[in-house]
Parts: sequence; structure tokens; C-alpha cells
Amino acid sequence: MHADIVGRASDYLPNVTCNITFVATSTVSSTTRNGPSTIALKSLMAITGLIFIGFVLAHMYGNLKIFAGEAAFNEYAEHLRELGEPLLPHEGMLWILRIVLILALVGHAYSAFALWSRASNARKSRYAVTKAAKSMFVSKAMRWGGVALLLFIVFHILHFTTNTIQVNGDYDNPADRLVSSFELWWVVLIYLFAVAALGMHLLHGVWAAGMTLGLNTSAKAAERLRIAAILVAVVTVVGYILPPLAILFGIIP
Amino acid sequence: MKLTLNIWRQESQSTTGAMKNYVIDNVSEDMSFLEMLDVLNEELIEKGEDPVAFDSDCREGICGMCGLVINGQAHGPEVTTTCQLHMRSFKDGDEITIEPWRAEAFPVLKDLCTNRESLDRIIQAGGYISANTGAAPDAHANLVPKDNADRAFMGAECIGCGACVAACPNASGMLFMGAKITHLGELPQGQPERDARVVSMVDQHDAEGFGGCTNLGECSRACPKGIPLNVISQMNRDLLRAKSHGK
Repeated sequence: MHADIVGRASDYLPNVTCNITFVATSTVSSTTRNGPSTIALKSLMAITGLIFIGFVLAHMYGNLKIFAGEAAFNEYAEHLRELGEPLLPHEGMLWILRIVLILALVGHAYSAFALWSRASNARKSRYAVTKAAKSMFVSKAMRWGGVALLLFIVFHILHFTTNTIQVNGDYDNPADRLVSSFELWWVVLIYLFAVAALGMHLLHGVWAAGMTLGLNTSAKAAERLRIAAILVAVVTVVGYILPPLAILFGIIP
Repeated sequence: MKLTLNIWRQESQSTTGAMKNYVIDNVSEDMSFLEMLDVLNEELIEKGEDPVAFDSDCREGICGMCGLVINGQAHGPEVTTTCQLHMRSFKDGDEITIEPWRAEAFPVLKDLCTNRESLDRIIQAGGYISANTGAAPDAHANLVPKDNADRAFMGAECIGCGACVAACPNASGMLFMGAKITHLGELPQGQPERDARVVSMVDQHDAEGFGGCTNLGECSRACPKGIPLNVISQMNRDLLRAKSHGK
């Protein structure tokens, strides 16, 4: 414990008539924190985010198979279900990957909401004037954009995975389902918005994951991290908008 | 210059405050921002009103005592401390909004004065090295490479004003913490307590009610000493390393 000098100036200087109370040091208050540290939450966010980046790039590769023809696209979809056979049962690897992704989603969303709530508790009284800082847009894009992406993921699974939402007729093979959907302009529009949201999320997310995992410790490292973030975001956006646009404009029949 | 000032007035920590309007005339552009407030306070005292309370000490930009949010920017429109901000940065007829640092970890004591002891407690939790007292060792007893010495000094420039917290949309204190951790972590004297330091400081930071970092960089842009964002990444790396050592 710290030895505190607590008292009045007059105790030490008898001729002084002032009445100033002084405290040399205040002791450390006992630490009481609820739950994991903010940096532990951030690390969970970063690691689950990296899992999603891997998934997003692999998913994009699968989508681009449509340019190799309907047969190649359907074969790829079927192959995903046969992956790991005969060691694993049919669709075994697919379900392992799905469970990993669901756990990652739970971790990512949990840390996001926990940090969001801690941040709003850290400043309850707001500034009367806030300078419209450029980073405020990025910050809002991460939180509300993340919520938008979550809603989109639910829609997307109902649309293409479970086939619950049928926008343009019922087809039993994946390529027909894809082509029939993106022949409608408004479906393309929904997906363009989602891809734009994903691109913005990645632009800041890749940078933030690198920061959190301790990869930015110099100006040169910061530059590398920024380039990596731009690269991942641009590749993702271009790779995801090509198939819907090609279908809409009739390049893919 | 004639200015309209909107100033946050709050009687004490337990009362709620409000913005109040003041018009001030004959402001010289050579005055510092705090001298302008001194003039306002003299006028208020002459009128028998309560002067505006604000923090200041050295008034040469090195102590970290002053700090006001001016028109939504910590320390105002220039990259400097409030005391080193001059009225030439404003125009005749400007309306200036002046608020205290706003964070739950920095409760307002009166008007524009906040209690920033939470930063002191973070330093007490681990922002120190243990050294034998007595005769100072030779300065060259421990060799430090130039790059490390420069980076340590960059972190040591932090004056603990709290502008990073005030500017952060999450009211996070991580630039302040990262600066100290980088400062001590770059030096041989900082190594024995390196793991324990980061763990204790982060725990104290969270317990004080600061928010988490979202890597936006508002802190670094507001910092009067220009401390870069990479000190936060350094702190994260140190914490992950400490955790991997089982701390």
C-alpha cells in the first residue's frame, strides 16, 4: 500500500494560517471489473473476424465458378458436401465448417455488443457540439453496418441455403437458383447494398484486427496494414458483384 | 474581436449543468484562449457573478493541466494544448462553444474542471519502474539503441491531459495507456515489470469505466503531443504476450 501524506498545511507549517488540505497520493482503488477486459473482447472480435475473412474469400471463389458454366458451379456445390469423405460422413465437413462459423458469429456479435454497451456507458453526457469527424462515419458503419450485415446473413441463408424465400420460382439446382434470382433487378440491388456494407466493414475491420493483434508498431507496419485492408476490401467487393451483374446484364445466360 | 461564448456551467459534481451564453468584446488576437477566459472572468467578478472555473497551470503547453473542448474539438482547432491556443485562430463575430472533457471516468467538478485522478490510478497500477534510490547510476550504464530511445521518448511526451479520452467516441483511455507502456517497454529498465504492468494498467483502465478502443484514431489527431496510434497496438501486443506468459 502507498503511505499517504494526508493532513492540513498548518499541521506541518505552524505559522501558516491557510486551510488547504492536501493529499500526496491517492491509493489505487481495488479493481472490480465485470467480465473480460476490453482488449480480450477486442481480440475475440479480431480472431473471429479473421475466420470470416477466410470464409468470405472462399465463398467468393465458389461464386466465381458460375463463370466456368452451370455444371462447374453445381459440381463445386456438390463437392463441398463430399469434402472429407469417406473419413467423414456426407456433408460432415460442411457441418463442421458451419458450426465453426456459427460459433465465430456468436463470438463476434457478443464482443461487438459488449464493447458497444461499455462505450456508451463510458460517456453518458454527450457533447453539445461534435465536430463531424471523418472517423465517426467509419465507427457508425462498423456498428450499424454490422447489424445490417447480420440481418442480411439471415435473409441470405433463407434465400440460397434453405430455399425458404423463393424470389423467382423454385429450382432444384444451385446454378438455376442463382441465375433466376439475379435476373431480377431488385434482388441485385439488395445484394449490391450488402456487398457495399461488407466492403466498408472489411476496410476498417482488417485494419482494426491488425491493430488489436499487435501488428501495427511502426509507421511502416501501419502502411502495410492499410494496404492489406484496401486489398481485401477491393478484392471482396469486385469478386462478389461480378456474378450478379453478369447475370443481370445477360452475360451469363 | 467580439465573440459569443457558450460555456458549460455546473455548480458541482452532484448538480446538473447547462450551457450559458456570454458576449465578450475587445478580445485581442494575441491573447491566448485562457487569457480570453481570464478577461471574461474579471468582467464576471466585477458584475458580482460567479467566474467560470477552468483548469490551468504552466500555460506553456507542458504540464497537461488545461483542457477544454472548443467547438467540439479537444484543445480547439489547432494541434496544441488549450493554453497554447491563441485567439488568432478565431474570427471577429465567432460563436465559440466551450465544454469540459466528457467521460464517466472524468466527472465534472465545477464548470469546465474535471477530476482526472482515474489517469493517476492507471499510472499507479503499473506505469512505473522499480529502481534503487541513492546515487544515480551512470547514464551510459545501460546501452539503449537510438531507435528504441526515440520511441521511448515519443511515448514519454504524453502530458496526461486526457484529450485522447475527450476526443474518443468511446471515451477510451488507451492512447494514454499505450504511450506509457511503449515508453517503459522500449527501455531496459522497463523490462522486469513489463508483463505485470500491462495487465494491471488495462484492468485499472476498465475498472475506471473507460470504453474500449475501436481503432479510429481520433485520440491521436487530438493529442497535443502527436502521439501515434501505434502505441495502442504495442499495448495490445504486450498484453497478448503477457497472457501467453500466463499473467
